[in-house]
Amino acid sequence: MNRLSTLTKQTEFKRKLVIVLALIVLWIAFGFINPAYLSYTNIMTILLATSTNGLLALGVSWPIMTSGIDISVGTVMTFSCVLSGVVFNSLGLPIGLCIIFGILVGSFCGFLNGFMSAKLGLPPMIASLAMQMITKGLSLVVSGIKPVYFTDCSWYQKIATGNFLGINGFYNAIIILIGMCVISYIIFSKTIFGRYTLAIGSNIEATRLSGINTDNWLIGVYTLCGTYAGIAGLVLSSRLNSAQPALGPGYEMDAIAAAVIGGNSLMGGEGTIIGTLIGALIISSLQNGLRILQISTETQYAIIGFVLIVTVAFDQRRKKKKESR
Amino acid sequence: MSKEVIRMEGITKEFPGVKALSNVKFSLNAGEVHALVGENGAGKSTLMKVLTGVYSKDAGKIFLEGREVNFRNVKEAQNAGVIMIHQELNLMNHLSAAENIFIGREFKKGRFILNKKKQNEEAEKLFEKLHVKIDPREKVGNLTVAQQQMVEIAKALSFNIKVLIMDEPTASLTDNEIEDLFEVIKMLRSEGKAIIHISHRLEELKLIADRITVMRDSEYIDTVDAKDVSIDALIRMMVGREIFVEKQKPVERKNLKLTLEVQDLNAGPQVKNISFKAYAGEILGFAGLVGAGRTETARAIFGADPHSSGKIIINGKEQKINSPADAVKAGIAYLSEDRKRYGLALGLDVEANISMANLLKMSKGGFIKFKECSENAEHQLQELSIKTPSIKQLVKYLSGGNQQKVVLAKWLTKDAEIIIFDEPTRGIDVGAKSEIYKLMNMLAEQGKTIIVISSELPEVMRCCHRVLVMCEGRMTGEVTGDEVDQDIIMRLATQREM
Repeated sequence: MNRLSTLTKQTEFKRKLVIVLALIVLWIAFGFINPAYLSYTNIMTILLATSTNGLLALGVSWPIMTSGIDISVGTVMTFSCVLSGVVFNSLGLPIGLCIIFGILVGSFCGFLNGFMSAKLGLPPMIASLAMQMITKGLSLVVSGIKPVYFTDCSWYQKIATGNFLGINGFYNAIIILIGMCVISYIIFSKTIFGRYTLAIGSNIEATRLSGINTDNWLIGVYTLCGTYAGIAGLVLSSRLNSAQPALGPGYEMDAIAAAVIGGNSLMGGEGTIIGTLIGALIISSLQNGLRILQISTETQYAIIGFVLIVTVAFDQRRKKKKESR
Repeated sequence: MSKEVIRMEGITKEFPGVKALSNVKFSLNAGEVHALVGENGAGKSTLMKVLTGVYSKDAGKIFLEGREVNFRNVKEAQNAGVIMIHQELNLMNHLSAAENIFIGREFKKGRFILNKKKQNEEAEKLFEKLHVKIDPREKVGNLTVAQQQMVEIAKALSFNIKVLIMDEPTASLTDNEIEDLFEVIKMLRSEGKAIIHISHRLEELKLIADRITVMRDSEYIDTVDAKDVSIDALIRMMVGREIFVEKQKPVERKNLKLTLEVQDLNAGPQVKNISFKAYAGEILGFAGLVGAGRTETARAIFGADPHSSGKIIINGKEQKINSPADAVKAGIAYLSEDRKRYGLALGLDVEANISMANLLKMSKGGFIKFKECSENAEHQLQELSIKTPSIKQLVKYLSGGNQQKVVLAKWLTKDAEIIIFDEPTRGIDVGAKSEIYKLMNMLAEQGKTIIVISSELPEVMRCCHRVLVMCEGRMTGEVTGDEVDQDIIMRLATQREM
């Protein structure tokens, strides 16, 4: 039995169906304009392009479900791979250890975000804004404002762009994204962690008064988010074969947009993992299609902004209709 | 024969799949207090929302002073002098009392500058009329629920009203405040205003209402003169069946097991040196006026708020309770007076709410045992006869009585030994009330310790074996068994410190 939802099963299903349909319509429309859009290679390219944003969106949807937010995921992503690279280059530790260290840096940043909002009472927006500034600054300081290359590790690039399954074009980054999506889905729908996340988002005080240590669970939620940012850092730096310290700012907004287009409410108390992934897919499919149409990156942003308005307004209307019944 | 102000005829309102009102009539005279009664879901609120323009009607006619009217929104009704005070108060917590009263109609010097002084003075006058001491400058969020209600009433009075509709105005007031409110209502009546009073407290209708209209299942049942009708007859009309709750007999005190002992508990200004004992199998009442510190005491025992000193001893062992998590671990449960804010995750389903407190036990390695959770939830539905289409229904769609039972189910799932009910029947209709009483009895018989905080004296007297009375943060007395009497409790509840 499908037990993931806080909404009744039917409405949850309808909601997902709508955005899946939106994605399919998008693909068909672009495919109609240019058949090459739907070629295997291009679809794999879209999926690869989704990997970073998809991971960040999967991460940030956790705080969003608690009615919080984390706007530091972009720079935390950068910070974690920059630190990983610096440690690798300067200390010469095994690369595996450095990768794990990098991901843990992400987790720790998330932990601090959670600690600041749960224990010190900072609004999550402010806590993660501070974290965004700190990690942005430190990434530049630690790297000396230069890209950090993983030159001593010949296969670092293969982590994201190799294909472990041996299927041509099916990059590891896509496998990592799908894997992390499955993990997120399992945590969300099968575990106490997922249940409490929604309970906190729905009514944190009632949850606390049920004898649940909401502070600790919140810290857990932000730590998980940071971990996803750390993994996104690994995937991005592997794709670029370097950690680019100036990248990061702006990524968090794409991630939040993906989560919201996917049907996550910023009010918390409900959530969808699959929706988040599809939200990220919609964004990169749009970008890819518009690029094929030779529309500039700047215009792409404006169009995605417009799509965000339309999807959320549509979702609000549907919700209102349901409430008034 | 007094003049008819409002006449509603053949009012019908349908929501998709539900007939909310079916050919309902209603008539209201100037200088009359007209009570509207019925169980929750009988259609009272819907009828009033149709009258005030919140809902449009599907059929029927409404006349105001003989002229047909059709309010399209609340503003139009307001301008015509028809105002409703909702049960769920509509106030902005961050604004002062005066600012709330005059919102949208602020006193100004010139066009843009607010005249706060004048505004506060006008608010002060309204409060004087109501005989309440509220500082108009105080932020509404800092006021008690009872005071907030008074602000709402003052706000309504500040309009030039012909008809005042009050939905459960007394639900959160103490007996003294109710008396004050009734004085105001009587004064308005003598000024020729018409008042519609929606209430679940049938006892008070005899005191205030001139006529009573009963609704049941979306239909008009009857309109009767208040002085000619007995409460039993009213209840029969409302529910179509007899409801009877026996008064508690005192428990044999010999073999009782002491479960909870509180010694010299201090927590903030409203909990001063509270000491008491509670036993397994008894229902212990906490009586007192609103603001006496009963809720604060309960919250301190439950760890929801910190306490500065005092001991909490459970089953002979002192427990350090610094958070609700500690209290729950020690076997205490607390059902808040405001279940929507403090008791339920409204956006989650019935099963999730019932499982919430005991989820650690109903999981393995972090993975929820869904089968166990569902089975338990189904079991609780039966045990407490919770009415819901399924355990997957969102809690926000349940009625007040069933929501209360879901909170109770949560604590029974946790197998709490000491259960504190804070105003357990607030906003719950007569039928569901008696069910809640029965459940409390059943739990006490099973050996649980039940503590009931209630501002409704009849409720305290009916349900409790023993009653503790508080006033201004102090314990002023204890009454047991046959001594449990309205006058004694009231005297203790008003025993102020010199």
